[in-house]
Order: sequence, then C-alpha cells, then structure tokens
Amino acid sequence: MSKVVKSLKEAIRNAGLKDGMTVSFHHHLRNGDYVLNMVMDEIADLGIKDLTVNASSIFDVHAPILNHIENNVVTQILCNYMASGVGRAISTGIMEKPVQFRTHGGRPSDIALGRTPIDVAFIAVPAADNMGNASGKFGPSACGSLGYAVADAMFAKKVIVITDNLMPYPLPDWAISETYVDYVVTVDAIGDPKGIVSGTTKITRDPVGLVMASYAAQVIKHSGLLKDGFSFQTGAGGASLAAASFLKEIMLKEKIRGSFGLGGITGYMVEMLEAGCFEKLMDVQCFDLKAVESIRSNPNHIEINALQYASPAFKSAVVDSLDVVILGATEIDTDFNVNVHTDSNGYIMGGSGGHSDAAAGSKLCMIIAPMFRARLPIVRDRVHCVSTPGQDIDVLVTQGGIAVNPKNAELTERLKAAGLPILDIRALKEKTEAITGTPDPLRKGDRAVAQIVSRYGEPLDTIYNVVD
Amino acid sequence: MTEIVKRASAGTMESSDVYVEIEPAETGLTVELQSVVQKQFGASIEAVVQEVLQECGVEKARILIRDRGALDCVIRARVEAAVLRGKEG
Repeated sequence: MSKVVKSLKEAIRNAGLKDGMTVSFHHHLRNGDYVLNMVMDEIADLGIKDLTVNASSIFDVHAPILNHIENNVVTQILCNYMASGVGRAISTGIMEKPVQFRTHGGRPSDIALGRTPIDVAFIAVPAADNMGNASGKFGPSACGSLGYAVADAMFAKKVIVITDNLMPYPLPDWAISETYVDYVVTVDAIGDPKGIVSGTTKITRDPVGLVMASYAAQVIKHSGLLKDGFSFQTGAGGASLAAASFLKEIMLKEKIRGSFGLGGITGYMVEMLEAGCFEKLMDVQCFDLKAVESIRSNPNHIEINALQYASPAFKSAVVDSLDVVILGATEIDTDFNVNVHTDSNGYIMGGSGGHSDAAAGSKLCMIIAPMFRARLPIVRDRVHCVSTPGQDIDVLVTQGGIAVNPKNAELTERLKAAGLPILDIRALKEKTEAITGTPDPLRKGDRAVAQIVSRYGEPLDTIYNVVD
Repeated sequence: MTEIVKRASAGTMESSDVYVEIEPAETGLTVELQSVVQKQFGASIEAVVQEVLQECGVEKARILIRDRGALDCVIRARVEAAVLRGKEG
C-alpha cells in the first residue's frame, strides 16, 4: 500500500474538496513557503469557491491570496498572525467576512473542540514516507519542529501531506503520524530555504535596546523566580535576545540550572541549553539553522506541538509551567492591555501568535519595548485593539523606567528594594510624551475587518478598517 | 529678512530623522509635509516648521519636509540647518 498520489490536483479531488469548505495550512516554512500558494492556485483552477482558509499564520509570500479573495475562491481567513503586506490590504476592508485572529494555543483548541472544523488540511513537510509519517527535521527544506501542523493532522476530515523529500518507510522521528494521513503528494520544492529559516539571529547593539535588556535581566534576577528549575521563554527580537544574553551571564555566574526554555527557539536559546542554563528546550518552532540542527541532533531539544505548547482546551500545556516570558508590543495602555495586531496607524501587521498564551500561563510576563518608536509613544490611554488582556501582563520594561502592573504589590517592592527605576505606568506615559508630544487620536472606520478571538475562544476585540 | 538664494537640504531619511529641502520662491512660504506620523503629529510638525522659519526671518521659500518620525528638537535643527545652507554667503 502507498498513499502517494501523482498530483496535487488528484489529491484535492480525492479529498472531496467542495465549495464552502475549510482548508488549513501551517506556517513552519514562514516567508519561504511555496505550498499555500501552490495549493490555492490548484483549487482555483478546479473552480472551487467560497473557501475558508485556516492558516496558523499568513506571511507576505502569501500575497497571491489577495487575488483569490478578489475572485471569491477565498471568502474568509482564520489565522494567528498576518504580516504587514497582506494585512494592509485586509485593513482597507476588502473582505466581506472579517478575518478571525486566534492565538497559537487557541487555534488548536478551537479545532479540537469542533468550533473551527477543517475539511482538508494541506501539510507541507520537509520529509515524509509513502504512508505519511512526516518530519520537519530532514531534507533541503528542513524547518525543525512541525508543532503548529499537528492539530490539523489530528482533527481535519482529510489530510494531505506535501513534501519535496520522500524517504523510505518508516521515517524515523516523525512529528506527524501516518495514522492521520490520507494522501501524500511530492512536489519539486515546498519552499525556499532562505525564507524558511534565518541564518543567524543577532543580538541588538542599539544602546536603547541594551539598556532595556539589562533592566529586563535585573527584573528576572530580583523577581524571586530565578533559581534551580527556572523556566523561560523569549522572542527572536534583538532586545529580547540581548536580555537572554544578560540572563545567561547571571545564570552561569550564580550556577543556576533552569528546567526548560520554551517557544519558538533561536540559536541563542540553543547556546543557553548547551551552556547548561537549561535541562531541556521545548520547541514548537525553530527560527534559525542552529535551532534546526539542534532539534535534529540533541535529545534534550524536544519537539512539542501547539496543543501541548499552549492550548487551554487540554488538561495542561507547557505554558502553564512557565516562570518568565519576555514579549514585545506595538502599544500598551495604562491598564496594561497590549496590542501586537496593528501598527500605530491601525493597519494589521502581526498577531498574537503565542503572546496571549505565554502571558496567561507564565508567572511573570514582561513586555520589553522602547518608550517610543519614530516619535510614537508605546504607552497609550487605550490601545488600538486588545491582543493580550492587561490582567496577564505583569511588567513593562522601557529604557526610561519599569512599570509594574499594580496587581503585583510584592513584585513592586522586590524591584524597588533592588534599586530598579520603578514608576507608575501613567508617569511613564507623561515622561514619554514630554519628549514626543501627545499624538492626536486615530480615527477608526466603521467596518470590522478582523475579530480577535481570545485563547479561550471568546471574542476579545474588533479591528476596524483604516480611514484617511 | 533672510533671503533663500539657493536650493539646500538637511537631514536624512533614516527612521526618527527628517529630511528638509528648501528653495527660493517669488512670494510667501509653501510647506509641503509628508510624515509617517502625519495622522498623529501632522499639525504639530507644520506649526514647528512655521515657527522656525519665522525665528530665522524667512518670508519667501518653498520647503519640503519628509519626516520619518523625528522629535521636535530634530525638526527644528534640520529646518534651521537647511535655512543656513540656503541663504546668501
């Protein structure tokens, strides 16, 4: 027996895809992905219309989806992140049905609970065998973890695995088991390796970023959480990596051995694992080549799926055991609500990803951001839209001082006692506006272009069209 | 009065900077502003530019502002530099 069919078209036909159904994709190939466009072109060729695309993220490489929207092949998008190119077009109000944004944990929850059923999952994989066992660790398009694709494989009615690297059965160390897979299709290339993983992720040299990073490391040091068994997540931004670098120095100097590092994993987290800062890395997505190499060869670098990473629908997720997470923000308001969905002009340029999940699960959630970017203050009276509710945010670190959410009285005292520059978030806002001036408020359109759904499946906020 | 006799510029298109170009005009002041923070700070940038021109005694010129999110102090400095480079001598 073999599940290999000779073309993508045949697989789509065999899967019984029809008008009005839902197709799904993952984003492990990031801005190097060929598969979403390839599949949607075939679907359009077959004359199938009115589809919902449930993609864990939409990158700018997926801009051809705008044509499929115009031709009514795609009439709704569900995703956890949308890059600025596609996001800008969506923000002008080109879709009848608003985009639904979820989180990396909320998406698999809603799939598993049947709130967002998938008819056909198209899963690009860097390696597969003829029965559909699949891995991200091997082949010319290796991306490491396949964590975001697993819920799709488990719960979609039909599952099509697409690979450019068919390996002999049985494939070792698979992330997706043959038990879920209906068809296997081979193509010339599933993606462009240059867009799939970055060569290196760099620590910032910007003095503002370094000041923020050093404050962030000091906050962690004095939080009471930095002891043996410590667990940590951080993003791939330059200042977050610099914070990790200062943290690493502290951990090595004080001989603190953490239990695990979590998240999208960069080479920097791999270095921390190898230096003995952590026992394990729990990896839902690899950001660079070093992370891919490590997940392939180091048994302490463990692949996890998005359900186990962050989903509230299951008995527990790794974020529930997380001590500290460092996250970013485009805006934060005086109630500590964070916006990571839109830019300061209201255009969609991102999404929660795992932001809300890690914020909710962690003991200490820290936002690290400059006081202002290109004159626009980070602290606002009200964020343009709420991506992560303020109740889950504990600390805001800027170069001009550290604001602690008033719910954390004990942490405030600890950080003050350590001599860190603590100030009220309103005072931080005033201090910033004394430099930048006070921005005029932005006018919102009256047409909903996106709904933000919380990690628990509840409506959280609405993004409206941008007007001039 | 400060007379603008030649086309001159100051600043860069880097983020948080502003690029200013000034050139002679027959009558009055024309300010053409493009800014990445137009919606939030357009009016205030326009006011600062007018203020600096007045302080410098410029009554006739065409000024082009390409703002990349510069603070007021930067805008002031760049406009002043453009004026000094564009005047006689």
